[in-house]
Amino acid sequence: MKLMVNGEALEVAATTLAELLAVLDYEGDWLATAVNSDLVHKANRAGFQLSDGDRIEILSPMQGG
Amino acid sequence: MFDLLGTTLASRLLLGTAQYPSPAILADAVKASGTAVVTVSLRREMAGGRAGEKFWSLIRSLGTRILPNTAGCHSVKEAVTTAKMAREVFGTSWIKLEVIGNHDTLQPDVFGLVEAARILCEDGFSVFPYTTDDLVVAERLLEAGCKVLMPWCAPIGSALGIVNITALRSMRGHFPDVPLIVDAGLGRPSHAATVMELGFDAVLLNTAVAKAADPVGMARAFGKAVDAGREAFSSGMLEPREVAVPSTPTIGRAAFS
Repeated sequence: MKLMVNGEALEVAATTLAELLAVLDYEGDWLATAVNSDLVHKANRAGFQLSDGDRIEILSPMQGG
Repeated sequence: MFDLLGTTLASRLLLGTAQYPSPAILADAVKASGTAVVTVSLRREMAGGRAGEKFWSLIRSLGTRILPNTAGCHSVKEAVTTAKMAREVFGTSWIKLEVIGNHDTLQPDVFGLVEAARILCEDGFSVFPYTTDDLVVAERLLEAGCKVLMPWCAPIGSALGIVNITALRSMRGHFPDVPLIVDAGLGRPSHAATVMELGFDAVLLNTAVAKAADPVGMARAFGKAVDAGREAFSSGMLEPREVAVPSTPTIGRAAFS
C-alpha cells in the first residue's frame, strides 16, 4: 500500500494505523496521529484500516512559543 | 496570585519554550521567571525518533501548566486538527489558537481565527486566541465562546514592544472583565511592565528571553517587570501633568533676601 507519512511517500504492508506505527518503529504515549487531516485517537489506531493514498501525520511534543 | 479560567496561577508571566540554547537553560529560565504556564507545540516525529519523548519529559519535570499552541497553521482545518492532537498528547483542553494569515508579519488570519475558535469552543476547548488589537474581532471571538483574549503588541519575535498603545488601552477599556494577555512582540522587560501598568492581566513571551545573551537572567528580569507593572497598576498611578509641582513642601521655606 502506498502512503504519505509525515510528507514522505512510503510503500508498506501494514493495513492498520497501529501496524504502521509498529513497522516504522514509532512507539510511546506522547504521539498523536491524524489520517487525511483528521485526528485518529490512540484507542482507535488498532481498528483504523488504512487505504491506498492515505496521508498520515505522526506528531510529538516540541518546543513552542 | 492570578485566577485564569478558574485556575489559580502564581505568576502573570506565560513563557514559551522555543529557541533556547539548550534544554538545561530552558529549564533554568522557566524556574528563574517564576512562570506558572509554558507554551509547547507539536511537530512531525522522525521514524524511530525520541525527540518528542525527551522534550515532553523535560516539560513535565517543570511542574507548570501547559498551554499547547497551533503555531504554523494557516487554515482552520489545520488549526482544529492540531488542537485536537494537542489535547490528546498533552492532556489539557487549553489551546493557544494561531491561524496565521501572512508569512512576513505572522499576522493572524482573524476570519479563520474566529471560525476555528467557534469550532473548538463548541468541542469543549478553552481557547486562547492569538489575535490583533481589533475590537470587532475581539467581540467576535467572545461571541464564539472565548473567555480570554491574547492580542499582539507587535509581530511575533520582532521585539518592537508596544506599537499601538492607544489600541491596547482601548481594548482594556472595552473589555474590563475579560482576561487580556498580551502575546507577541515584547522585547524588553520595560515593555512587559508597561502593558501590565495598562491593566493587562498577563503577558506571554518567548523570543525576548530565549534569544537574550543570558536567557536565565532575562527570564528573571521579565518576571520582576511583570510583577512591578501589575503592582503599579493596582496601586494607582499619577496622571502626567504639563506643569511642575514641587514635591518638597513650600510652607516654612526660609527667605534670605
